[in-house]
Amino acid sequence: MGENKIVSYFRSFRFKDHSLGMAFIILIVIATFVGWPNFLKVRNLTNILRQISYTGIISLGMTLIIISGGIDLSVGSMAAFVGGISIFFLNLFGPTSTLGIVLTFLFALVLGSACGALNGIMVSKFKMAPFIVTLGTMSIFRSLIQYFSNAGTILSVNMDYGKLGSSMFLGLPIPVWCFIIVGLVLHVVLNHTSFGRYLCATGSNEQVAKYSAINIAIVKFLPYVITGFTVGVTAVMWSSRLNCINPSDCAGYEMDAIAAAVIGGTLMSGGKGSIIGTMMGAVMLGIINNMLVMGGISAFLQQAVKGFVIIVAVLLQYNNSNK
Amino acid sequence: MGEPTILLELEGIIKEFSSVRVLDRVSFGIQAGEIMGLIGENGAGKSTLIKIISGIYQKTDGVIRLGGQTTEIPDYITAKKLGIGIVPQEFNLINYLTVYENIFLGSELHKGLLLDKGAMRSEAGAQLKMLKMPLDVNKHVSELSVAEKQMVEIAKAMILDARFLIFDEPTTTLTAVEVQTLFDLMRKLKQKGVTMIFVSHKLQEILTICDRVTVLRDGKLVSVDRVEDLTTQTLAKKMVGRDFNQVFPDKIDSTGKPKILEVESLSSGSVIKDISFNLRKGEILGFAGLVGAGRTETMEALMGLRKAEKGSVRIQGKTVKIRSAKDAVAHGLGYISEDRQGKGIVMNYDIPKNISLISLKEKYLKRGLIDKTKEDEASEHYIKEFRIVAASKKSQLRFFSGGNQQKVYLSRWMDTDPSILILDEPTRGIDINSKKEIYEFIHRLAEAEISCIIISSEMEEIIGMCNRVYVMREGRMAGCLEKEQVTEENIVFQATGIKKV
Repeated sequence: MGENKIVSYFRSFRFKDHSLGMAFIILIVIATFVGWPNFLKVRNLTNILRQISYTGIISLGMTLIIISGGIDLSVGSMAAFVGGISIFFLNLFGPTSTLGIVLTFLFALVLGSACGALNGIMVSKFKMAPFIVTLGTMSIFRSLIQYFSNAGTILSVNMDYGKLGSSMFLGLPIPVWCFIIVGLVLHVVLNHTSFGRYLCATGSNEQVAKYSAINIAIVKFLPYVITGFTVGVTAVMWSSRLNCINPSDCAGYEMDAIAAAVIGGTLMSGGKGSIIGTMMGAVMLGIINNMLVMGGISAFLQQAVKGFVIIVAVLLQYNNSNK
Repeated sequence: MGEPTILLELEGIIKEFSSVRVLDRVSFGIQAGEIMGLIGENGAGKSTLIKIISGIYQKTDGVIRLGGQTTEIPDYITAKKLGIGIVPQEFNLINYLTVYENIFLGSELHKGLLLDKGAMRSEAGAQLKMLKMPLDVNKHVSELSVAEKQMVEIAKAMILDARFLIFDEPTTTLTAVEVQTLFDLMRKLKQKGVTMIFVSHKLQEILTICDRVTVLRDGKLVSVDRVEDLTTQTLAKKMVGRDFNQVFPDKIDSTGKPKILEVESLSSGSVIKDISFNLRKGEILGFAGLVGAGRTETMEALMGLRKAEKGSVRIQGKTVKIRSAKDAVAHGLGYISEDRQGKGIVMNYDIPKNISLISLKEKYLKRGLIDKTKEDEASEHYIKEFRIVAASKKSQLRFFSGGNQQKVYLSRWMDTDPSILILDEPTRGIDINSKKEIYEFIHRLAEAEISCIIISSEMEEIIGMCNRVYVMREGRMAGCLEKEQVTEENIVFQATGIKKV
């Protein structure tokens, strides 16, 4: 019986259905050659994961927004804003308060969710175009944090805060654990809850969802709140790593977050997507960057390569959906 | 003259999609100036055939002769240049453009590098006038009714002096009166020497307007006959390949049963005004009227999908407030929209996900998560009950035929255990076998004391199924017909307001 199952699995195996996994494996093989022997070293792999975890966490929320048919351009500015305000909050507790760190983490999650809710209300309640709304808030968050910081670095006075972002747990950095945990939770939310089901239905066809007694306003609102929450996680991880925030930090995060989702197979037109895919997409972006560095390619060209990869991913999606 | 000239001749046309043969050696000729009917069930190959003639698909094998010359039609533009026009089933009009801009879409007139709008306006106007279509060329297409949009499609097909015009199921979205207008127009075109192919599901229409009829079944040619030699029965028999008995089950008389739903002076914006009606337990109630009479809007207001300013709703004697579709479902109401693709089915969902969409929270959650085994079992049940034909229950609905999509859509609402089910054009665009199954299904529902409301523009359907029919006109209730009053004549009179019964 068990053997039959395996045989039938390989019989029904179609490369088209597993193109992401294929691409992932091929990329690792290439990277192994290009970066030999350093690429496969545990230290390097851990580093890649750490590097992608900051935008990776946000890309998980972004996936839900894109599935709902929206987009969020404000995540980078929001991360800097939430991170900065959270350090102000943390500093109220003095230099040694552990309670202060815990409360700051919670504060950042609430503040991030609130910022996300702001985007969400304008999109779902006032029916504004997500692109425009988040383009506006992107500018607002960035400007506010520059104002509050007087355009200088916001330093934390807490001496233990930095440990949160730079420590390891069971061999992996804390932000990587955050990436994995948030990913697993959102994977379950997307695939095993009624909200996930409603989300894909709404993104696929809003009218159908409305006529199926689904409250589309809430379904379109929540992904922004969840994304705000993920921004809160990233804000803490990022600010605690260096124990400070620069008002220009986290610029361009929206690009990486969207890229990871798209490479992972989430349709830009909405209705379909995968959290596991996004996680793989985020890791692939990290590997590509790492490979370019090891191959001695100019850091200035890295963004160009990223842009190219996104375009190819969308092109493949487009071709697949037309066949 | 003697022998009539053959304008278009098809010989041994074969079409295969990834080695599945959908057209198998189809050969027939169309005489200049005739209207040729093309009939067959869904999947018989009608659409494929006309798409080959109009250059949208390429034949796998066979010969097309146009005016005696062997002709290749590699694309749509070539077909247009050869004088072959098509009025598609789904309109290809751009809502934000005006009537004349749509008519000239793809064949714009130029003055130098710029568009010659004046010339296009006047030519489009002349064309519409010649076709006796009362349309303003400067109006935006979004403001037009379905019937008017079709006129624009016809004008668009005719603007390049088409001598050969294909109508792909043009009457699906039209009401009886509008169908008459279309037929008048087709007769006018015929007088001008235009040859036409008329594709339809509807036997009576084919017999009314066509000179000859070609029947396709399973991709093969069954027969080509003159309409004088046919009746609806013989035609139906050719189409389904077996004896075709009565389509409609016996009517159910529910006089004297308790009223389950009472609606009083329901109003919504300017679209419906003071609509009152009632529904009895186990009744099959009809709603007739022209397209745009406000039938769909009435049901949407009832379902909480449209804001109602005024009116009261009583279910089983109790006054209820319905503010959203969710409230409506909670009160046992179900509404199957006429727009199956736009408002019904989630095209990229499989069968289980489509069926459980509304009842998900009530039936399929186990500790907050979806119980997929239970979901699969439920869909197995509906696949059996409705005889849904699918390669796998995990395939996406967009690969399904209209009939099977409709059955999945019905299953979704049945899974909410409704006590009142509203079916808006339940058999639009589906084949005759599925239609019959759906009629029988509605009949079974009524026998099980579930009340049904059928909105339909197909007169036969309303008359065949319903013992009591409300007729609406221009957003108001025009009247209610009962038992032997339910006739085509009475419905048309009330729907158009020509004469009181």
